Amino acid sequence: MKFPRHALAAAVLASAALPALSQAPLKAEVIHWWTSGGESAAAKTLAEAYKAQGGLWVDTAVALGEQARSVAINRIAGGNPPTAAQFNTTQQFRDIVDQGLLNNVDAVAQRDGWDKFLPETVLQAIKVNGHYYAAPVNIHNMTWFWFSKAAFKKAGIAEEPKTFDELFAALDKLKAAGLVPLAHGGQPWQDGIVFTATLAHFGGRELYLKVFKDRDPKAIMGEDFKKVLLAYKRLQSYTDKGSPGRNWNDATAMLISGRGGVQIMGDWAKGEFAQAKQEAGKDYGCAPGFGPKAPYIIQGDVMVFPKTSKPDQIKAQQLLASVITQPATQVAFSMKKGSIPIRTDVDVSKMDLCAQMGVAAMKDKSRQLGNGEIYITPDQNGALQDVLTSYWNRNIAVEKVQKDIVSALRN
Amino acid sequence: MKRRSLAAWGALLPLAVIVLIGYVGTVLWTVRTSLSTSRTFPKDDFVGLQQFERLLDNERWQLAIHNLAVYGVLYIVAAMLLGFLLAVFIDQKVRGEGVLRTAFLYPYAMSFVATGLVWQWVLNPDSGLQNAMQQLGWKDFSFDWIVDQDMVIYTVVIAGTWQGAGLVMALMLAGLRGIDEEIWKAARLDGIPTWRVYLSIVLPMLGPTLATVFTLLAVGVVKVFDTVVAMTQGGPGTASDVPAKFIMDHLFGRANLALASAGAVMLLLTVLALVAPLAYARSRQKAQGGH
Repeated sequence: MKFPRHALAAAVLASAALPALSQAPLKAEVIHWWTSGGESAAAKTLAEAYKAQGGLWVDTAVALGEQARSVAINRIAGGNPPTAAQFNTTQQFRDIVDQGLLNNVDAVAQRDGWDKFLPETVLQAIKVNGHYYAAPVNIHNMTWFWFSKAAFKKAGIAEEPKTFDELFAALDKLKAAGLVPLAHGGQPWQDGIVFTATLAHFGGRELYLKVFKDRDPKAIMGEDFKKVLLAYKRLQSYTDKGSPGRNWNDATAMLISGRGGVQIMGDWAKGEFAQAKQEAGKDYGCAPGFGPKAPYIIQGDVMVFPKTSKPDQIKAQQLLASVITQPATQVAFSMKKGSIPIRTDVDVSKMDLCAQMGVAAMKDKSRQLGNGEIYITPDQNGALQDVLTSYWNRNIAVEKVQKDIVSALRN
Repeated sequence: MKRRSLAAWGALLPLAVIVLIGYVGTVLWTVRTSLSTSRTFPKDDFVGLQQFERLLDNERWQLAIHNLAVYGVLYIVAAMLLGFLLAVFIDQKVRGEGVLRTAFLYPYAMSFVATGLVWQWVLNPDSGLQNAMQQLGWKDFSFDWIVDQDMVIYTVVIAGTWQGAGLVMALMLAGLRGIDEEIWKAARLDGIPTWRVYLSIVLPMLGPTLATVFTLLAVGVVKVFDTVVAMTQGGPGTASDVPAKFIMDHLFGRANLALASAGAVMLLLTVLALVAPLAYARSRQKAQGGH
């Protein structure tokens, strides 16, 4: 029974690929949470690319990811789904797949050869039982290290750290110079980012996978992981008193003004530097990790396509999936968004220094590593975040934290 | 007679339907969901009290309940006390009563989110009160409760009280104005000091007003959410977490409908445990009153 379905899909594709001759444009309602300045500019590039290929983008922007996702889920459950909805490149939409409420875009994925150019970790998130249930939009790395050149100069640090030990040394010097060594926003998700960075770059790739992917209690109770937790807690000692509750962009502002030295934050922080007219390599430094083999941690956004049997909606979904993943769309979107493209066969010459570093890192497959949420469910991730943020803020014995993490990841 | 009661019933019917479906129905649905393993979508399986076991084991939930108790007691006591004192103060026929009344009631017109944000700014040790006092020359002035694990919940009480006291004042003032002048005259003739009149005569007469105020504040306690989110986001860490925030986090962000529902049911049981004795006492009072 497989053949007819493929034939149908091919027919759909063929007609979608043609420019819309005298036909009404393919209407696609898209729910997303790209609402801030740079984000909505990025969403606009998608809308325009889609329009240029015979579509009509109907924008349903909902502020805040959580809010937007619950709107999408409610509409899917209520039987009035949008054409496409934004999710993160994680397990967030796995339940919807399991309920059979998403259309797959196998036809597009096979025609364009997604397996060939998509990173393994992205495929892991979007491919369920051999079917492609989402079109990846971009790749974010949530764990960049940002350095304030002004603060480093004040503290007499000549070079940006190349290892985790050098990072600690730099933080010590910044502290001695009376600056805020680690500009940190003390909110649970940001505490989580610092942990992910510590586990990947201090603990290493193998331990990282054992914890997140295998959820191996032995590894979590082990000596190496304990050292990671202690290093994580040591980072906390470099934050200032005003840190709890601070927003991430306020922490970035500390780097811009030269009051703070280092921040660990996603690549969207670039937007803040850009707004302050600061330039990568000149006013601030960026590093996705330490050394040429450092893991590059992948997350990002995808579009999922809720189940529908209306032929023009399916056409719109297929066209959308194809437009989103094209190289030109990819670069235009990521330049506005601050992310990097999902494919490395693109022209990066117009992108900024940090983005170019990111694409270069992506070319080495052995460096790619998924963000925690690619491996664990939102529920497990939340429970882990609770444990980590308590540990970050309180004095808790590290052995108890190890035990708590085991039970957080078990459920 | 019969026709009239039929019309009354007819008029009440839409409301009854809404209550039955909108409230009782959703409550039952929530109870049902709390007994399943629902994640993003509701599921039909049945796992007994498993979610409740997980909930009661959860340290964050325990902390949230503890915080709710601390907040509840302090907020109700502080808001009632402050509100009553303000009402008594205005009741002294002070000049500019209208202005003062508005000023005291004004915070109540503000949303919880705005209240939380304002207090977050005021209490931020880097840019708020502490910093201002230090710059004025009071070098060792320190007020950093909002970033202190053990004190942060009290800052939420401060913000809540600031917002809620005005309403208490307005209700109490209305009550005070309803007290017969003759009682004051009689007390004055007997030479009873004013504070004594307030405490022993006026306050007991304000019983129904007090009950209303208490109920309003208690409801505010159970649903406390916005203030915490705007002010501390439940932090530092999870130190100022409250049950409503725990439930919301699990409902959407963590896609765990079942655990969130279990939390909601627990909250409902707590409210019932508090309200049921009160309602019972009232109904008995009414019965004795010969109704």
